[in-house]
Amino acid sequence: MCLSIPSKVVKIDKKANVATLDTMGIKRDASLALMEDGAVEIGDYVLLHIGFTMNKIDEVSALESLETYKEILEIMDREENKTIGEGS
Amino acid sequence: MNLKNLYDDFRDGGTIKTFAKIIQKDAKKLKRSINIMEVCGGHTHTIMRYGLKQLLPKNINFIHGPGCPVCIIPKERIDHAYILSLQKDVILVSLGDMIKVPASHGSLQDARANGADVRFIYSPLDCLKIAIENPKKKIIFFAIGFETTTPMTAVLLEMVIKQNIKNLFFHINHITVPEVMGVLLDDPTNKIDAFLAPSHVSVISGAKIYEIFPKKYNRPVVVSGFEPVDVMESISMLVKQFIENRCELEIEYKRAVDFEGNVKAQKIIAKYFKTRDFFKWRGLGNVAKSGLKLKNRYKKYDIEFIYKDLLPLTEVKDHKLCICGDILKGIATPLECKIFGKSCTPSSPVRACMVSSEGACSAYFKYDFI
Repeated sequence: MCLSIPSKVVKIDKKANVATLDTMGIKRDASLALMEDGAVEIGDYVLLHIGFTMNKIDEVSALESLETYKEILEIMDREENKTIGEGS
Repeated sequence: MNLKNLYDDFRDGGTIKTFAKIIQKDAKKLKRSINIMEVCGGHTHTIMRYGLKQLLPKNINFIHGPGCPVCIIPKERIDHAYILSLQKDVILVSLGDMIKVPASHGSLQDARANGADVRFIYSPLDCLKIAIENPKKKIIFFAIGFETTTPMTAVLLEMVIKQNIKNLFFHINHITVPEVMGVLLDDPTNKIDAFLAPSHVSVISGAKIYEIFPKKYNRPVVVSGFEPVDVMESISMLVKQFIENRCELEIEYKRAVDFEGNVKAQKIIAKYFKTRDFFKWRGLGNVAKSGLKLKNRYKKYDIEFIYKDLLPLTEVKDHKLCICGDILKGIATPLECKIFGKSCTPSSPVRACMVSSEGACSAYFKYDFI
């Protein structure tokens, strides 16, 4: 019930206040009634929930998280290699 | 960034394992075991589906919370839906999650088998089409869900009013999260040390609704996304709070949640809904200020008011062997239930927790009952 699906905005019908969203290849219309006017643009990533766009996904923040994960992974790998090196 | 990154990269096995190692290392510095309640059933399913429990050290435990809106609806309210569906010229409409939920007379699926016109929809807005196509019928939307889903019901009501639709009515079962978290902590026997706060409730309400828990109850909170990497990162953040002696509200799911939430959605909820004095939660009893109802000025759309003589208010007891109440309070797991996987299965459920997509019993049956 509370699950929402990350999707990409591919079309906006301003008159109907509806966006067409692409969810991994499946296209669906979603109401923009819960979004401020003009807040959503084509190319934005949003969360789709029971026929509504419930908010925008902050791409910068998502990329920051992914970059942090990469860095953590590298640090952990380095630490592990060091431990293996010391052990041998 | 591609859309695929939002799925795959937050489910990446390597990243999950890395966080597991960090948590294992940090957990050695914990002075005692910690019990983390994942409030939302969506998180319970992520934890079970990806085997996250098995990746954690023994001194970190999960307590499954009451955040499944289908599971906590007491039988008497589902009985309302069943009774309403059998009235002449009624089409009862609800979201798919409600199909198999059993109550005193059976489920809504059983009502349909008995001749009732019950329809399950993807979006509340689908009610508009049904109402327009069936002008001589009363369309009753049995509305369920937490803060995530409430604004969508409010938009539906706004469209009903704007389009002057006369045959669409509402049975409101919307509930809110923070009050019940408070009730759980007010119980002196509770074992909750920290919370993983829900993802999409927080998208609407903002992280601000959890401020009280670190401040008043001394329990740290991390608002977590639904993907397994999100959950592992959130647990790591909570463990760090304990070892650094901090007690804060933090947001892990920053790509979708901020402190204020979706203000437009909050305004439309406030326009059409008011807080009930009490809402009865299955297993938890009456929780003050935790339910919503339509404001008095929208009474003519409120089927509980229109059909008040038809809908019983008497309490209906649960199956005596079902321990869902304790599971919803986090004091038992499905594996402690005598009928779990025996007389209570997804095809023959005794209660909602076994069939809801967010129910703890459903998660254990799917992913742990092997």
